[in-house]
Amino acid sequence: MSSKVLIVDDSKLARMGVMKVLRELHPDWESVEASNADDAFKLVKQSLPDYVLMDYNMPGKDGIALAAELHELDANMGIAVISANQQLEVIKRARAAGAIFLPKPLTEKALAGFFAMTAEERNRTEK
Amino acid sequence: MSNASLGLDDLELDALTELVNLGVSNAALSLREMVREEVALSVPEVSVVSPDEAVSILGRTESKQLVAVQQYFEGEISGRALLIFPETKSLELVRAVVGGTPSLDEIAELEHEALAETGNVLLNGCLGTIANNLQRSLKISLPEVIYGESSDFFSATGKQPIGDSVLFIYINFAVRCGDIQGYIAMLLDMPSLLALKQLIRNFIERVAGENSPSKANNG
Repeated sequence: MSSKVLIVDDSKLARMGVMKVLRELHPDWESVEASNADDAFKLVKQSLPDYVLMDYNMPGKDGIALAAELHELDANMGIAVISANQQLEVIKRARAAGAIFLPKPLTEKALAGFFAMTAEERNRTEK
Repeated sequence: MSNASLGLDDLELDALTELVNLGVSNAALSLREMVREEVALSVPEVSVVSPDEAVSILGRTESKQLVAVQQYFEGEISGRALLIFPETKSLELVRAVVGGTPSLDEIAELEHEALAETGNVLLNGCLGTIANNLQRSLKISLPEVIYGESSDFFSATGKQPIGDSVLFIYINFAVRCGDIQGYIAMLLDMPSLLALKQLIRNFIERVAGENSPSKANNG
Protein backbone atom coordinates (compact mmCIF):
# COMPACT_ATOMS: atom_id res chain seq x y z
CA MET A 1 0.00 0.00 0.00
CA SER A 2 1.29 3.43 -0.89
CA SER A 3 1.97 5.82 1.95
CA LYS A 4 2.69 9.51 2.31
CA VAL A 5 5.88 10.77 3.94
CA LEU A 6 6.73 14.28 5.16
CA ILE A 7 10.45 15.15 5.24
CA VAL A 8 11.49 18.05 7.49
CA ASP A 9 15.02 19.47 7.41
CA ASP A 10 16.40 22.99 7.11
CA SER A 11 19.09 21.64 4.78
CA LYS A 12 17.94 21.10 1.22
CA LEU A 13 20.73 18.60 0.65
CA ALA A 14 19.71 16.62 3.73
CA ARG A 15 16.13 16.47 2.40
CA MET A 16 17.45 15.28 -0.95
CA GLY A 17 19.48 12.63 0.86
CA VAL A 18 16.47 11.34 2.80
CA MET A 19 14.42 11.39 -0.40
CA LYS A 20 17.06 9.29 -2.17
CA VAL A 21 16.92 6.61 0.54
CA LEU A 22 13.10 6.70 0.55
CA ARG A 23 12.94 6.37 -3.27
CA GLU A 24 15.17 3.32 -3.15
CA LEU A 25 12.89 1.63 -0.63
CA HIS A 26 9.49 2.82 -1.86
CA PRO A 27 9.63 4.46 -5.30
CA ASP A 28 5.84 4.71 -5.42
CA TRP A 29 5.31 6.53 -2.13
CA GLU A 30 4.24 10.15 -2.12
CA SER A 31 6.44 12.68 -0.33
CA VAL A 32 6.18 16.28 0.78
CA GLU A 33 8.92 18.52 2.23
CA ALA A 34 9.19 21.30 4.78
CA SER A 35 12.26 23.31 5.79
CA ASN A 36 11.14 24.17 9.34
CA ALA A 37 8.89 22.94 12.14
CA ASP A 38 6.13 25.53 11.67
CA ASP A 39 5.69 24.74 7.98
CA ALA A 40 5.82 21.04 8.81
CA PHE A 41 3.01 21.40 11.34
CA LYS A 42 0.80 23.15 8.76
CA LEU A 43 1.63 20.50 6.13
CA VAL A 44 0.74 17.68 8.51
CA LYS A 45 -2.74 19.16 9.01
CA GLN A 46 -3.19 19.67 5.27
CA SER A 47 -1.80 16.47 3.83
CA LEU A 48 -2.09 13.98 6.73
CA PRO A 49 1.14 12.00 6.14
CA ASP A 50 1.55 8.45 7.44
CA TYR A 51 5.16 9.10 8.39
CA VAL A 52 7.17 12.17 9.31
CA LEU A 53 10.98 12.12 9.09
CA MET A 54 12.57 15.14 10.72
CA ASP A 55 15.94 16.61 11.48
CA TYR A 56 16.67 17.41 15.14
CA ASN A 57 18.86 20.51 15.01
CA MET A 58 16.92 23.19 13.08
CA PRO A 59 16.63 26.95 13.47
CA GLY A 60 13.45 27.81 15.41
CA LYS A 61 11.67 24.85 16.88
CA ASP A 62 13.79 21.69 16.96
CA GLY A 63 12.72 18.29 15.67
CA ILE A 64 12.02 16.77 19.08
CA ALA A 65 9.65 19.59 20.06
CA LEU A 66 7.90 19.13 16.71
CA ALA A 67 7.73 15.35 17.27
CA ALA A 68 6.01 15.87 20.62
CA GLU A 69 3.41 18.20 19.06
CA LEU A 70 2.71 15.78 16.20
CA HIS A 71 2.49 12.83 18.56
CA GLU A 72 -0.10 14.77 20.58
CA LEU A 73 -2.03 15.46 17.39
CA ASP A 74 -2.03 11.86 16.16
CA ALA A 75 -0.47 9.10 18.21
CA ASN A 76 -0.61 6.75 15.22
CA MET A 77 1.62 8.85 13.02
CA GLY A 78 5.04 7.27 12.50
CA ILE A 79 7.59 9.86 13.62
CA ALA A 80 11.36 9.60 13.27
CA VAL A 81 13.97 12.12 14.39
CA ILE A 82 17.09 11.89 12.25
CA SER A 83 20.29 13.33 13.69
CA ALA A 84 24.05 13.00 13.66
CA ASN A 85 23.89 14.12 17.29
CA GLN A 86 23.77 10.68 18.87
CA GLN A 87 24.17 11.72 22.49
CA LEU A 88 22.20 9.49 24.82
CA GLU A 89 20.12 12.41 26.12
CA VAL A 90 18.98 13.33 22.61
CA ILE A 91 17.96 9.73 21.85
CA LYS A 92 16.04 9.53 25.14
CA ARG A 93 14.25 12.82 24.53
CA ALA A 94 13.27 11.71 21.02
CA ARG A 95 11.77 8.51 22.43
CA ALA A 96 9.96 10.39 25.19
CA ALA A 97 8.42 12.61 22.49
CA GLY A 98 6.98 9.52 20.80
CA ALA A 99 9.57 9.38 18.03
CA ILE A 100 12.11 6.84 16.90
CA PHE A 101 15.70 8.05 16.68
CA LEU A 102 17.56 7.32 13.45
CA PRO A 103 21.25 8.20 13.03
CA LYS A 104 22.32 10.55 10.25
CA PRO A 105 23.44 9.80 7.55
CA LEU A 106 20.26 7.79 7.08
CA THR A 107 20.59 4.26 5.70
CA GLU A 108 18.01 2.14 3.86
CA LYS A 109 18.23 -0.45 6.61
CA ALA A 110 17.46 2.06 9.38
CA LEU A 111 14.57 3.61 7.45
CA ALA A 112 13.09 0.20 6.57
CA GLY A 113 13.35 -0.74 10.26
CA PHE A 114 11.46 2.40 11.25
CA PHE A 115 8.64 1.68 8.75
CA ALA A 116 8.39 -1.94 9.94
CA MET A 117 8.33 -0.93 13.61
CA THR A 118 5.62 1.66 13.01
CA ALA A 119 3.49 -0.81 11.03
CA GLU A 120 3.85 -3.37 13.81
CA GLU A 121 2.86 -0.81 16.43
CA ARG A 122 -0.24 0.14 14.40
CA ASN A 123 -1.26 -3.51 14.05
CA ARG A 124 -0.95 -3.97 17.78
CA THR A 125 -3.09 -0.95 18.63
CA GLU A 126 -5.74 -1.95 16.06
CA LYS A 127 -6.16 -5.41 17.55
CA MET B 1 28.89 38.41 0.03
CA SER B 2 32.28 36.91 0.63
CA ASN B 3 30.99 33.39 0.00
CA ALA B 4 31.20 34.38 -3.64
CA SER B 5 34.99 34.41 -3.31
CA LEU B 6 34.86 30.66 -3.12
CA GLY B 7 32.13 30.52 -5.72
CA LEU B 8 29.94 28.20 -3.71
CA ASP B 9 26.34 28.13 -4.83
CA ASP B 10 23.46 27.74 -2.36
CA LEU B 11 23.38 23.95 -2.50
CA GLU B 12 27.18 23.71 -2.12
CA LEU B 13 27.10 25.99 0.93
CA ASP B 14 24.19 23.92 2.26
CA ALA B 15 26.28 20.77 1.75
CA LEU B 16 29.25 22.36 3.53
CA THR B 17 27.01 23.31 6.46
CA GLU B 18 25.65 19.77 6.55
CA LEU B 19 29.20 18.39 6.57
CA VAL B 20 30.09 20.70 9.44
CA ASN B 21 26.92 19.64 11.24
CA LEU B 22 27.90 15.98 10.90
CA GLY B 23 31.42 16.79 12.10
CA VAL B 24 30.40 18.91 15.08
CA SER B 25 27.69 16.43 16.15
CA ASN B 26 30.22 13.65 16.12
CA ALA B 27 32.71 15.78 18.04
CA ALA B 28 30.02 16.64 20.61
CA LEU B 29 29.44 12.96 21.21
CA SER B 30 33.10 12.61 22.17
CA LEU B 31 33.00 15.75 24.31
CA ARG B 32 29.91 14.35 26.02
CA GLU B 33 31.97 11.34 27.09
CA MET B 34 34.56 13.70 28.58
CA VAL B 35 32.16 15.92 30.53
CA ARG B 36 29.74 13.06 31.26
CA GLU B 37 26.65 15.04 30.40
CA GLU B 38 24.88 16.37 27.39
CA VAL B 39 26.63 18.97 25.28
CA ALA B 40 23.97 21.23 23.82
CA LEU B 41 24.70 22.44 20.30
CA SER B 42 23.31 25.35 18.34
CA VAL B 43 22.63 25.16 14.63
CA PRO B 44 26.03 25.85 13.06
CA GLU B 45 26.44 28.89 10.85
CA VAL B 46 29.03 28.50 8.16
CA SER B 47 30.55 31.24 6.06
CA VAL B 48 33.65 31.72 3.99
CA VAL B 49 35.35 35.01 4.80
CA SER B 50 38.69 36.74 4.36
CA PRO B 51 41.18 36.64 7.26
CA ASP B 52 40.36 40.34 7.93
CA GLU B 53 36.67 39.60 8.23
CA ALA B 54 37.44 36.68 10.56
CA VAL B 55 39.39 39.05 12.82
CA SER B 56 36.48 41.50 12.90
CA ILE B 57 33.87 38.78 13.63
CA LEU B 58 35.94 37.49 16.54
CA GLY B 59 36.61 41.07 17.68
CA ARG B 60 32.87 41.43 18.30
CA THR B 61 32.87 38.91 21.13
CA GLU B 62 32.61 40.22 24.67
CA SER B 63 36.17 39.25 25.45
CA LYS B 64 39.22 40.60 23.72
CA GLN B 65 41.41 37.88 25.13
CA LEU B 66 40.86 34.62 23.35
CA VAL B 67 42.26 31.16 23.64
CA ALA B 68 42.54 28.77 20.75
CA VAL B 69 43.54 25.20 20.19
CA GLN B 70 45.19 24.87 16.82
CA GLN B 71 45.90 21.86 14.65
CA TYR B 72 47.36 21.62 11.18
CA PHE B 73 45.93 19.20 8.66
CA GLU B 74 47.41 17.91 5.44
CA GLY B 75 46.01 16.00 2.50
CA GLU B 76 44.15 16.93 -0.65
CA ILE B 77 42.99 19.83 1.49
CA SER B 78 45.62 21.41 3.72
CA GLY B 79 45.35 24.16 6.27
CA ARG B 80 44.85 24.73 9.93
CA ALA B 81 41.84 24.39 12.17
CA LEU B 82 41.24 26.39 15.33
CA LEU B 83 38.81 25.99 18.18
CA ILE B 84 38.43 29.47 19.64
CA PHE B 85 36.65 30.79 22.71
CA PRO B 86 36.96 33.67 25.18
CA GLU B 87 39.80 33.12 27.63
CA THR B 88 37.43 33.68 30.58
CA LYS B 89 35.38 30.70 29.45
CA SER B 90 38.34 28.39 29.08
CA LEU B 91 38.44 27.78 32.85
CA GLU B 92 34.78 26.78 32.80
CA LEU B 93 35.49 24.30 30.06
CA VAL B 94 38.41 22.91 32.03
CA ARG B 95 36.18 22.57 35.12
CA ALA B 96 33.60 20.67 33.09
CA VAL B 97 36.20 18.34 31.61
CA VAL B 98 38.14 17.75 34.83
CA GLY B 99 34.98 17.27 36.92
CA GLY B 100 34.59 17.58 40.68
CA THR B 101 35.47 20.87 42.32
CA PRO B 102 39.11 21.49 41.56
CA SER B 103 40.84 24.44 43.22
CA LEU B 104 41.96 27.40 41.12
CA ASP B 105 45.53 26.21 41.43
CA GLU B 106 44.60 22.80 40.15
CA ILE B 107 42.65 24.28 37.29
CA ALA B 108 45.55 26.50 36.34
CA GLU B 109 47.84 23.52 36.38
CA LEU B 110 45.53 21.39 34.28
CA GLU B 111 44.30 24.13 32.01
CA HIS B 112 46.82 23.73 29.23
CA GLU B 113 46.53 19.98 29.05
CA ALA B 114 42.73 19.96 29.34
CA LEU B 115 42.37 22.59 26.63
CA ALA B 116 44.71 20.73 24.30
CA GLU B 117 42.83 17.49 24.87
CA THR B 118 39.39 19.08 24.45
CA GLY B 119 40.51 20.83 21.29
CA ASN B 120 42.04 17.63 20.02
CA VAL B 121 38.78 15.72 20.56
CA LEU B 122 36.58 18.41 19.02
CA LEU B 123 38.79 19.26 16.05
CA ASN B 124 39.71 15.66 15.27
CA GLY B 125 36.07 14.60 15.55
CA CYS B 126 35.01 17.40 13.27
CA LEU B 127 37.83 17.12 10.71
CA GLY B 128 37.74 13.34 10.73
CA THR B 129 34.01 13.17 10.04
CA ILE B 130 34.25 15.77 7.28
CA ALA B 131 37.18 13.93 5.68
CA ASN B 132 35.33 10.59 5.87
CA ASN B 133 32.28 12.07 4.23
CA LEU B 134 34.44 13.57 1.51
CA GLN B 135 36.15 10.17 1.16
CA ARG B 136 39.59 11.65 1.70
CA SER B 137 42.11 11.16 4.47
CA LEU B 138 43.74 13.95 6.41
CA LYS B 139 46.91 13.90 8.46
CA ILE B 140 46.25 15.94 11.58
CA SER B 141 49.03 17.42 13.74
CA LEU B 142 49.18 17.51 17.53
CA PRO B 143 47.20 20.31 19.20
CA GLU B 144 48.80 23.58 20.29
CA VAL B 145 47.17 25.97 22.73
CA ILE B 146 47.60 29.63 21.81
CA TYR B 147 46.47 32.79 23.60
CA GLY B 148 45.91 36.21 22.09
CA GLU B 149 43.53 38.57 20.35
CA SER B 150 41.68 37.66 17.18
CA SER B 151 44.23 39.44 15.00
CA ASP B 152 46.99 37.22 16.42
CA PHE B 153 45.25 34.14 15.07
CA PHE B 154 44.57 35.38 11.56
CA SER B 155 46.90 38.27 10.77
CA ALA B 156 49.92 38.09 8.52
CA THR B 157 52.11 39.39 11.33
CA GLY B 158 51.63 36.16 13.27
CA LYS B 159 54.38 33.60 12.94
CA GLN B 160 52.02 31.11 11.29
CA PRO B 161 51.28 31.33 7.60
CA ILE B 162 47.78 32.60 6.86
CA GLY B 163 45.37 31.16 4.37
CA ASP B 164 43.65 32.98 1.53
CA SER B 165 40.25 32.37 3.05
CA VAL B 166 38.83 31.36 6.35
CA LEU B 167 36.05 28.84 6.55
CA PHE B 168 34.31 30.22 9.56
CA ILE B 169 31.98 28.11 11.63
CA TYR B 170 30.09 29.68 14.46
CA ILE B 171 28.55 27.36 16.98
CA ASN B 172 27.44 27.55 20.58
CA PHE B 173 28.07 24.57 22.74
CA ALA B 174 26.85 24.51 26.29
CA VAL B 175 27.90 22.34 29.20
CA ARG B 176 26.82 22.46 32.84
CA CYS B 177 28.91 25.49 33.77
CA GLY B 178 26.89 27.62 31.41
CA ASP B 179 27.18 28.64 27.81
CA ILE B 180 30.60 28.35 26.34
CA GLN B 181 30.49 30.13 23.06
CA GLY B 182 32.94 28.55 20.73
CA TYR B 183 34.04 29.09 17.19
CA ILE B 184 35.71 26.69 14.86
CA ALA B 185 37.74 28.27 12.09
CA MET B 186 39.54 26.55 9.27
CA LEU B 187 42.09 28.39 7.22
CA LEU B 188 42.59 27.14 3.71
CA ASP B 189 44.71 28.34 0.82
CA MET B 190 43.34 28.76 -2.69
CA PRO B 191 44.31 25.30 -4.07
CA SER B 192 42.68 23.69 -1.02
CA LEU B 193 39.53 25.76 -1.47
CA LEU B 194 39.26 24.66 -5.09
CA ALA B 195 39.83 21.04 -4.08
CA LEU B 196 37.19 21.42 -1.36
CA LYS B 197 34.67 22.76 -3.84
CA GLN B 198 35.15 19.73 -6.09
CA LEU B 199 34.92 17.32 -3.15
CA ILE B 200 31.70 19.02 -2.02
CA ARG B 201 30.23 18.51 -5.50
CA ASN B 202 31.11 14.83 -5.34
CA PHE B 203 29.56 14.66 -1.86
CA ILE B 204 26.33 16.21 -3.17
CA GLU B 205 26.16 13.65 -5.98
CA ARG B 206 26.60 10.78 -3.52
CA VAL B 207 24.00 12.12 -1.08
CA ALA B 208 21.37 13.34 -3.51
CA GLY B 209 21.89 10.71 -6.21
CA GLU B 210 19.84 11.31 -9.33
CA ASN B 211 18.35 14.46 -7.77
CA SER B 212 21.70 16.24 -7.69
CA PRO B 213 22.22 19.05 -10.21
CA SER B 214 23.62 17.65 -13.46
CA LYS B 215 27.27 18.10 -14.25
CA ALA B 216 26.26 20.48 -17.03
CA ASN B 217 25.27 23.00 -14.39
CA ASN B 218 28.55 22.92 -12.57
CA GLY B 219 30.10 25.92 -14.29
